[in-house]
Amino acid sequence: MEKLEIVRRFPRKRDQLLAILHELQRANPRNYLTGEDLRLVAEYLDLPLSAVHDAVTFYSMFSLVPRGKHIIRLCDSPPCHLAGAWSLLSALKEELGIDVGQTTEDGLFTLELTSCLGVCGVAPAMMIDDEVYGNLTPERLKEILARYREEG
Amino acid sequence: MRRLEVLVCSGTACLSSGSEAVKRALLEAISAHGIADEVRIVETGCMGPCELGPVMLVYPEGTFYVKVRPEDAEEIVVEHFLKGRPVQRLLWAEGAPAPREIPFFARQKKVVLANCGIIDPEEIEEYIAAGGYEALGKALTEMSPDEVIEEIKRSGLRGRGGAGFPTGVKWELVRKAPGSEKYVICNADEGDPGAFMDRAILEGDPHAVLEGMAIAAYAVGAKRGYIYVRAEYPLAIQRLKRAISQAREYGLLGDDIFESGFSFDVELRMGAGAFVCGEETALIASIEGRRGEPRPRPPYPAQSGLWGKPTLINNVETFANVRHIILKGADWFSSLGTQTSKGTKVFALAGQVKNTGLVEVPMGITLRELIFEVGGGVPEGRKFKAVQIGGPSGGCLPEELLDVPVDYESLREHGAIMGSGGVIVLDDSACMVNVAKFFLQFTADESCGKCTPCRVGTQMMLEILNRITEGEGTEEDLARLEELAQLVKSASLCGLGQTAPNPVLSTLRYFRDEYLAHIRDKACPAGVCPALIHYEIDPELCRGCDACRRACPTGAIQGTPGKPPYTLDQSRCIRCGACLAACPFGAIARLPGRKE
Ligand SMILES: Cc1cc2nc3c(=O)[nH]c(=O)nc-3n(C[C@H](O)[C@H](O)[C@H](O)COP(=O)(O)O)c2cc1C
Ligand code: SF4
Ligand code: SF4
Ligand code: FES
Ligand code: FES
Repeated sequence: MEKLEIVRRFPRKRDQLLAILHELQRANPRNYLTGEDLRLVAEYLDLPLSAVHDAVTFYSMFSLVPRGKHIIRLCDSPPCHLAGAWSLLSALKEELGIDVGQTTEDGLFTLELTSCLGVCGVAPAMMIDDEVYGNLTPERLKEILARYREEG
Repeated sequence: MRRLEVLVCSGTACLSSGSEAVKRALLEAISAHGIADEVRIVETGCMGPCELGPVMLVYPEGTFYVKVRPEDAEEIVVEHFLKGRPVQRLLWAEGAPAPREIPFFARQKKVVLANCGIIDPEEIEEYIAAGGYEALGKALTEMSPDEVIEEIKRSGLRGRGGAGFPTGVKWELVRKAPGSEKYVICNADEGDPGAFMDRAILEGDPHAVLEGMAIAAYAVGAKRGYIYVRAEYPLAIQRLKRAISQAREYGLLGDDIFESGFSFDVELRMGAGAFVCGEETALIASIEGRRGEPRPRPPYPAQSGLWGKPTLINNVETFANVRHIILKGADWFSSLGTQTSKGTKVFALAGQVKNTGLVEVPMGITLRELIFEVGGGVPEGRKFKAVQIGGPSGGCLPEELLDVPVDYESLREHGAIMGSGGVIVLDDSACMVNVAKFFLQFTADESCGKCTPCRVGTQMMLEILNRITEGEGTEEDLARLEELAQLVKSASLCGLGQTAPNPVLSTLRYFRDEYLAHIRDKACPAGVCPALIHYEIDPELCRGCDACRRACPTGAIQGTPGKPPYTLDQSRCIRCGACLAACPFGAIARLPGRKE
């Protein structure tokens, strides 16, 4: 029901597809799109389900499997690499106890890699949900994660 | 007019280093000291030197503070705002010079970024007070669409999104394309690693983009526009939304703008994490709610774009130039820059350069001026090695080419490109084979997979590069790399594949010795590739502190505390570098080449 309200906020036009998918994914506490979501959008925009599915699988920001409450996206592009993103990745993996693409057992974090976040001036950088963190060091990383853990 | 105006940078980079908390602390401190009505605090877009953030600028003097912490607010308010004594330890440059006297700013020519870091991007009044929407008014009330196009053509403006296509010519194509329904699209999908100029413009001066789009729409005969922004830029999206709704309120978007009979409105569309969507045909497919895959051109979007209608698609920075050309004229614009590349260009400096951040310089400035005068050169104790310019489609240029002027043709001639303006400075700690590998890895990851040469060819090239960095490469591999590069370039459908080999080709051209060192000598001269280096303990410097032995995960280091020197067993060493980091006396060195 609630989902239907989200969808209805958008005009019934195909060019709203990505925007609706973003909203539905955001509305899901586990940050993913359910089969039900895809059907809902397909019906609302009068598209074949396969067309919606096809689009969803193309874009790296959409997930069809449940993820954590917070999505950590570590920048994996050359400028961040050159600034030491590689050692941050090991630090993140160790701190979270998971590999890239996995979700922590408590369901709090999913670790992902992303291409350039456009803050290369403060490389290495990552985003957690909509927040950007730059000039990262393993120590800063720990502090940041601790804050999210506190807030739950 | 308040006595003091404090501009606090609220670009994403500064926000990421805490500028929001600084602003709050300043607000509290000025209230606590009873001067809240004397000081105006303005949140602006990116001021340029992002790495020094949070940064702020205090007017009327123009005092530039860097790395400000919330704890500093009290001192700034008491010492500077109340007693008139700038806080020395927070100044960027000694003696509190005005920004234009700081070398970083002195060589810059701000046209596109003129408002960025100066006005509050969330208030349309500030943009209007700075001359905003005057150009739109002039175009709509004093110029015909053809005159607008003529002015843009004469200015020599070329697309800032990568290819450098003449903007006026593109506008004319769309205007002349048959059909009554046309669209204008702003490409704000900025994805080149190392590029962040579009983000800064969108966050710091969003109305400049809207104004440019509206003028373009008038010229080509469009009523609707779209801005396609990548979802990784939430702040840009938020500021654009606000700018669009304010422009509508002021009647600067919508029906009958300036009572000219011209109507135009803009909608935002968000990407979802696919680099290839920056390519114009893929971007259009993505707006239409499909997979963002490129399609063959022609037809070009100017003929058949969004929903099959004639569509003008330009980059953020391209649109942001338009109002200046309309207001100050084509002659003024073309007086800046070189014969073929007019105006200014915004560059994002990143990597091993002192002043990383955003700069705007006249076209034609040399790479040396850009990197050493504006950028301040490489950090102390390091040596410049190369500059990667133009992102994953660009190339790496060596020191010998530092006097090449930055214009579309010169860069291309030497194997790089202007691209969107990402400049990554590399010092002697960078391995060029590795750098080429990083960039190719990027394009291989981002290939949409539609064409085999791009999908498979980049993977095959990557395998060769991996082999070389592992010390398993042969000289034939270099020839094979060049062959594959030609194939991928010529047989790929879109620009991503067509330019993907450039970083490899340019490093092969200028740093072939380094490839050969990896192949023949099994040595990584920069000491980067783990398979082609070794560690040694200098017996003269070792003090026998035992730190390295404890740090080593494989027990490769032997010795007795207090009895230097310690020794390192190369056969057990996995070259993790833990000992190097642990040694407090600098007795351990990382050296090129293998040692069995
Ligand atoms: C793989 C690929 C990615 C691109 N990404 C962008 C981008 O992020 N922003 C952009 O403005 N142009 C990008 N372009 C160029 C666009 O296709 C198009 O040429 C440009 O938006 C035209 O605008 P301009 O003439 O103002 O430069 C990209 C091209 C390719 C092949
Ligand atoms: S060249 Fe690469 S990215 Fe471009 S369409 Fe072909 S496969 Fe996709
Ligand atoms: S850490 Fe350095 S000084 Fe200490 S034992 Fe090892 S090499 Fe010698
Ligand atoms: S490369 Fe990481 S933010 Fe640009
Ligand atoms: S974001 Fe503040 S200087 Fe760039």
